[in-house]
Formats: sequence, structure tokens, C-alpha cells
Amino acid sequence: MAPPHADGAQRSAVVLVLLTVILLAAVLLASLLGPYPLTPGDVVSAVAARLAGDAAPEPIDTVLFKIRLPRVLAALLVGAALSAAGTSYQTLFRNPLVSPDILGVSAGAGFGAVLGILLSLPVIAIQGLGFATGLLTVGIVYTLARALRSQNEILVLVLAGIVVGALAGAGISLVKILADPYNQLPAITFWLLGSLSGIKVSDLQTVAPLVILGLVPLALLRWRIGVLSLGDDEAKALGVNVRVVRSVVIGAATLVTATAVSVSGVIGWIGLVIPHMARLLVGPRYDRVLPAAVLMGAAFLVLIGPVARSAARIEIPLGLLTALLGAPVFVWLLARGRRSWS
Amino acid sequence: MLQASALAIGYGRRTVAAGIDLAVRRGEVLCLLGPNGAGKTTLFKTLLGLIPPLGGSVTIDGRPIDQLTRRALAQSMAYVPQAQVMEFAYTVLDLVLMGRTAHLGPFSAPRARDHERAHAALADLGIADLASAEANRISGGQRQLCLVARALAQDAPLLVMDEPTASLDLGNRLLVLERVRALSAQGYGVVFSTHDPDQARELATRVAVIADGGLAAYGAPHETLSGPILSAVYGVEVKIERTESGRYVVAPRS
Repeated sequence: MAPPHADGAQRSAVVLVLLTVILLAAVLLASLLGPYPLTPGDVVSAVAARLAGDAAPEPIDTVLFKIRLPRVLAALLVGAALSAAGTSYQTLFRNPLVSPDILGVSAGAGFGAVLGILLSLPVIAIQGLGFATGLLTVGIVYTLARALRSQNEILVLVLAGIVVGALAGAGISLVKILADPYNQLPAITFWLLGSLSGIKVSDLQTVAPLVILGLVPLALLRWRIGVLSLGDDEAKALGVNVRVVRSVVIGAATLVTATAVSVSGVIGWIGLVIPHMARLLVGPRYDRVLPAAVLMGAAFLVLIGPVARSAARIEIPLGLLTALLGAPVFVWLLARGRRSWS
Repeated sequence: MLQASALAIGYGRRTVAAGIDLAVRRGEVLCLLGPNGAGKTTLFKTLLGLIPPLGGSVTIDGRPIDQLTRRALAQSMAYVPQAQVMEFAYTVLDLVLMGRTAHLGPFSAPRARDHERAHAALADLGIADLASAEANRISGGQRQLCLVARALAQDAPLLVMDEPTASLDLGNRLLVLERVRALSAQGYGVVFSTHDPDQARELATRVAVIADGGLAAYGAPHETLSGPILSAVYGVEVKIERTESGRYVVAPRS
């Protein structure tokens, strides 16, 4: 008789502890690096001063709390959000090649945001419009798929996502053509490539609650979401209310992705590749992959920030950097053959 | 316990078969036969509550299944699909643990007692040593047994098996059949679809033959699996022969 908890559980617990340590180290490291380098001592004494109710000495206080930490924490939240959404969609659609924008959320949010730039709206309104059009796009996709009443609900969802996403993509192109080529077009291009350089403390106050609001139901329903990976019929026969769980997954994944895209622009590859890396470490069970992918995605995007700012004379857009890293990693995963989907 | 009355099955407005009456009790094996496309799979999906009946009713212990929640239904009836390769490389234990879903709270994952139940189900089927093997990397027969183990872990008194021997070699087929027989002896009610009349004759308490939009025959194996009925249903001339060992087998009439 094998022990009641087989080795998989222990292994994934160890991995989660290690990933948590790596994430904390990444946050500390990313807080130190930059044009004005800080020492760990600076950070500790600044945090201690803040906790005591005082301000740390300038310019450390400004550099750490107004510029660097907001950016680091935003990277943490966006990385966690995209990885959680990717993991969830890959499980839901039973397809390891699915990324968070499968239902058109990135294209939809992108369209809203570039429209906001075209209309010269303030930053907060650009983010709000991107968030709203991201949710709206997936809402349209979901409603369309339900209205078509197909036997194969998953297939119709994906096809509806492709169609509506393509429309939103066309909308983005239209906005680019209409935009002023000297001021607006560079801003649009830069936004579409993904960046966290303009993040302020006030952004975190909206992003953090929304990302947490989306992650909680995914964490709570972790076991039932995993059972969905067997397909609708088997999941139903095993006692899962497929329609409810699927709606929760789509709603939560859309919420976190739309939040992430609206604040960071389109940062690709993370939601596709990180879940695979997590599966290599803890196996395919969703209840184990989700926390591992969240920690890995958060740590990865936190660490990539300083690289984006220091690797070249200009700041490299995050979307470019994640693509440069993601593509070869994905090829490596492919070369490992089918086992890499495990 | 599981009963279909005046059942009409199909998709949307298209009726595949109608006027189906059948029942399975504990300890019985109901074998379902029929030509390709006659509606075996549609009937299965209707019995499992995966698609709604177009007419009539399906009840479990007298209660219509459309009034039961998915969870309650899963606690009374377990589904054994045909084993396929999966997209994700779950271990055998992970897969069997999924059988515990209907017994977990909506926000819970399996606990120690669920692991114990899963290991016991694997041991029941003689595949305890496969627990940590990857389910995509064991033989087809072992994978089929793994799905039977998942159904056992579900602790439902009724097992609905969709052609569990269809893609198995002789050795694995005999193994699965022997386990099914043992399970019915333990008191499980089993619905079992197959393309092999001889297998049905060996195994079934009752046989239902679905063809031409309804039940072509329903009753004891020796009544339903006769030469004339099988000839009519499958459109080939066959006869039943008695072998030297006293078994009956289907043979072409030539």
C-alpha cells in the first residue's frame, strides 16, 4: 500500500516554497537595480522608516517607493495574472498551445487602449477603456458562442474568439492609420509592445484588488477546473457542473488578463510558456500547476524589468523581450516532445 | 434502480430511437448491442444525463435524473468511457482521484481518505502497482482498467461502460470482462455496450439490442441473441452454434 499522499504532493510543496523564495529574492533584486543603485541596507532601512511612519532619506524614498516598487509590484501582479490565465485556459480548452488571449481579450483591450490614445484621453481613462473593451470582447465572444448552440461548445468558443479578436485587431490597425504619426503612433506602438515604465502607486490600488479578485475563484475551484481537462462529458459524469465552472474560469481569467493588459500593454508569451515550465516542475495537475505558474510568472516578469531597462541604451519593450526569450524556450519545450506537455 | 421508460433519444429535433424501455438492478449486467449508428452512444449519453431525452424518462431509484444535480447523479452512476490518450500526462493515481470529485466540497481537493479510496480501487482491479505510472504510457487494457478504477473510486452503485473492450487485445479483453463479472457479483449494476454478441452472452443478465429506431430485442441473452434476430439487425446471415465445450457462438450461415 502506497502512502496516502504520493510523492507528487511533497514535490510540489517543495517547489512552491522554492519559488516563493525566488520571487522574494527577485523583488529585492529588482528594487536594488537601476540608474540609481540601492544597497540591501538602503532598502531595509527605508522600509523600516516607512513602517515607523517616517519617510526614508531622499532620494532613496522617491526612488524606492515612487518609482521602483510600484513597477516591481505591477510586474509581479501582471506576471501572476497572465500565468494564471494561461494555465486556466490551457486546462479548460484541453490544449497546451492556448494563451490568455485565446478569447480575444488582448486584442479587445488593445483596441480600447489605442482608441483612448487616439482620443488623447488621460492615462487612467486609457487604462479604463482598455479594461472595459477587453471584458466586452470576451463577453461578445461568450454570448456569440452560446447563441450558436453547438454540440461542441469549446470549439465554437475558440472560433468565436478568433473572429472577434480579428475584428478588434482590424480596429487597432484602423486607429493606427488615423493616429497622428508624430505623437500618437509611437505611443500606440510602444503601448502595444508592453511596458511597465509609467506605473504609479495609484495604478496598483486598482490593479491589485482586481487581480486578486480573479485569482481567488481560480484557486478555490482548483480541483474542479482540473477535472474539466478530461472533457465536458467526463467532467459532468464525475459530478462537475461544467457550465458554472467554465463560466467562472472564463470570467476570472478574462478579468485578470484585461486588468494586466490595460496597465501594461500587450506582453505576450508569458501566459503560453510559463504554464509549461510549471508543469515540468510539478506535473500536470491544475491544483498544483496554478500556484507554481503564478509564482514563476511573477518572478519572471519582476526579473525581466531591470533587464529591459539596462540591456540597451533605450528601454526595450517588455513584449519584445518576452518574445525573444519565450520563442526559443518554447522551441526547446517542443523539442522535448510530447512529454513536455506533462 | 436505473430505468428508462418510453425513452426517445436524439439530438435537437432529430430522433435517433424511440420507445426504449429498459432497467438495470444491482448485481445485474445489461449488455447493449446494435449496429454502428443505431444510437448506442446517444442512448448512453441520455442515460448519463449528458443530453436531454426527447421523450419519456430516465429514473434512478424512481427519481428522474434531470431533477438530480450533477453531483448527486455522479454519486449514483459512474461512467467508464473508452480509454483514450489524454492531452495532459496525468498519473494513474491522479486520474483515479478525479473519481472522488462528487464526494468533495466545491472548493476542496482530495484528502488522505480520498487517496486511500483511490488506492483501494486500484488494488481491487489488480493494478495497485501502476499508481504512479503515467496514464498515457501504460497499455490500452491497463488504461481501461484505470478508468474502471476511477469509476469504483466514485462509489456509485451503477457503472455505465461504453465499449470498454473495443480496442483491447485478447488478453486485456478477457481481463476486463473478468473484472466486470466480479464487480456485478459484488453488487454493482453494470450497463455495458459491446459489438460482440458472444461477449454479451457470456456476461449479460439481460441484453438490449438497439436498431432501426428502437429496441429490436430486450430480454435474456438466449432470447435476444438468436440467429434470426442478429441476422435481421446486422443484415448478415448468421446462426448460433454450440461448441464442444457447450458454449454458444455466432457463426456465419454458409
